[in-house]
Amino acid sequence: MPAPIVSLQSLTSTTFSDQLLATAQSGGCASSSCGLSGKQDDMDPVVWEKIKDHPCFSEEAHHYFARMHVAVAPACNIQCNYCNRKYDCANESRPGVVSEKLTPDQALRKVITVANEVPQLSVLGIAGPGDACYDWKKTKATFERIAREIPDIKFCISTNGLALPDHVAELAEMNVDHVTITINMVDPEIGAEIYPWIFYDQRRYAGIEAARILHERQMLSLEMLTARGILTKINSVMIPGVNDEHLIEVNEWVRERGAFLHNVMPLISDPAHGTHYGVTGQRGPTAMELKALQDRLEGGAKLMRHCRQCRADAVGLLGEDGGQEFTLDRIPSEVTYDATKREAYREVVAHERRDHVAARREALGMLKTAGSCKSLLVAVATKGGGRVNEHFGHAKEFQVYEASPKGISFVGHRKVEQYCLGGWGEKAILDGIIAALEGLDVVLCAKIGDCPKERLAEAGIGATDAYGHDYIETAISALYAAEFGVQPLAATA
Amino acid sequence: MAFKIIASQCTQCGACEFECPSGAIKFKGESYVVERDKCTECQGVFDMQQCASVCPVPKTCVPA
Ligand code: SF4
Ligand code: SF4
Ligand code: SF4
Ligand code: SF4
Repeated sequence: MPAPIVSLQSLTSTTFSDQLLATAQSGGCASSSCGLSGKQDDMDPVVWEKIKDHPCFSEEAHHYFARMHVAVAPACNIQCNYCNRKYDCANESRPGVVSEKLTPDQALRKVITVANEVPQLSVLGIAGPGDACYDWKKTKATFERIAREIPDIKFCISTNGLALPDHVAELAEMNVDHVTITINMVDPEIGAEIYPWIFYDQRRYAGIEAARILHERQMLSLEMLTARGILTKINSVMIPGVNDEHLIEVNEWVRERGAFLHNVMPLISDPAHGTHYGVTGQRGPTAMELKALQDRLEGGAKLMRHCRQCRADAVGLLGEDGGQEFTLDRIPSEVTYDATKREAYREVVAHERRDHVAARREALGMLKTAGSCKSLLVAVATKGGGRVNEHFGHAKEFQVYEASPKGISFVGHRKVEQYCLGGWGEKAILDGIIAALEGLDVVLCAKIGDCPKERLAEAGIGATDAYGHDYIETAISALYAAEFGVQPLAATA
Repeated sequence: MAFKIIASQCTQCGACEFECPSGAIKFKGESYVVERDKCTECQGVFDMQQCASVCPVPKTCVPA
């Protein structure tokens, strides 16, 4: 049986750095404007209640809660140039890719098995391949069956929006609070470059006409969902030279129509995937290009920066994929839901969250007392719980945070190949990791060996395991203070 | 008068199955197939063959 992805123990052990506590307390934070309050403080409580356990809609929740997807709705009514449903490789991680399609009954068995094994599970999504709203009967049957067995699980769908207006009323009835619509354009001329055709009203449309219909249906969907209080996340694929500049306009349009989050994702394009873009050599953006665009969008619709473009059958915390441990042949034919693990986990999280909020406040206080106006880009190796708790060599991705006197904000993640395989570090892999960490200042992890540390240093990237098991914000603020110098004397002078 | 599915190209998404007005498309064994005697080429119901219109893979639902 697969082990839970984050053990309860690693979340309950509080490992505050004494040194940090001392500094934070002595430094103090007299200013009343000091509030790294956590987004939840200034948020409508009704909204917070909806998102607090949703790893995609709440960046805070993504440290604690896991999602899983079931591929039950493979038919699609449009063609996107970045999608190809014909190929699948177990090592690929990208949207639209699954190893097995499920019937609603198989999905029920799988969800119960995962809920019994992975206490972090809070959200079930249907996100392709195919379109959950077009292949509606299967989506609906799946949600209904699972709601009967696991009443507290949240449902989430991801759709291109073309068939969405037809099902908004039913979604509302089924208490689906979260819908993701992929919107890559508001100008049909640009749309025509992204979508070769759509199938609507019993016929295939192509070119600008297709894009115009899609655009109108997407805007209608968004307005209808907003009117019913259903939270929407807009996914946009950033395609350099096609819609990168245009996404600023998309952001304005969706914000005006009440979108809750805007998630700009890089185009994934590889000739081996056989997509139109892969074959024609359309490139995806670099990590720094993506960040630059996201920074320009800041101030518009709230941005999601923790998206991992997961496989459509992913299981686990964002960034983790335990999907291969729960393939149909590995799950029993008879399963019964056992709520105990999920309930116990929720209690731990409630406790941990209170603690974490306090830790974040102290962290912000430290940033301010450091008295610097510089900013620091930090890569963190974590396996969940909001802590620096992953070994450098075990990390498959690094979460990137920016620390400045304004606070600590999550800016994204960098995927890497795991450095340590069976105890051995591969030189070539390390080169790849160093390239992936381009532009960052420091790496924080639970453990790191001398060799990778030296190699990183040669590339101008610091690395330390001194803050292992601390909360991420606690560690970053201590690092920031160490880097730019706390001046406790100046404060009292 | 019938359509057929080129099995080697089909992604088995099933879109054609639920668009077919004649219930002519079934999943049999390993792949989707058109039952010749049921397929009407959508005549009298739609202007265009529904399976061919919705199929994501070009030239996969074709005249038999
Ligand atoms: S990845 Fe998308 S569909 Fe999946 S849980 Fe997150 S928002 Fe929902
Ligand atoms: S909507 Fe989704 S499944 Fe359909 S073509 Fe686009 S990416 Fe692929
Ligand atoms: S042509 Fe029409 S009737 Fe024949 S299989 Fe295709 S959809 Fe069905
Ligand atoms: S629509 Fe095309 S790809 Fe999908 S099942 Fe039918 S023939 Fe196969």
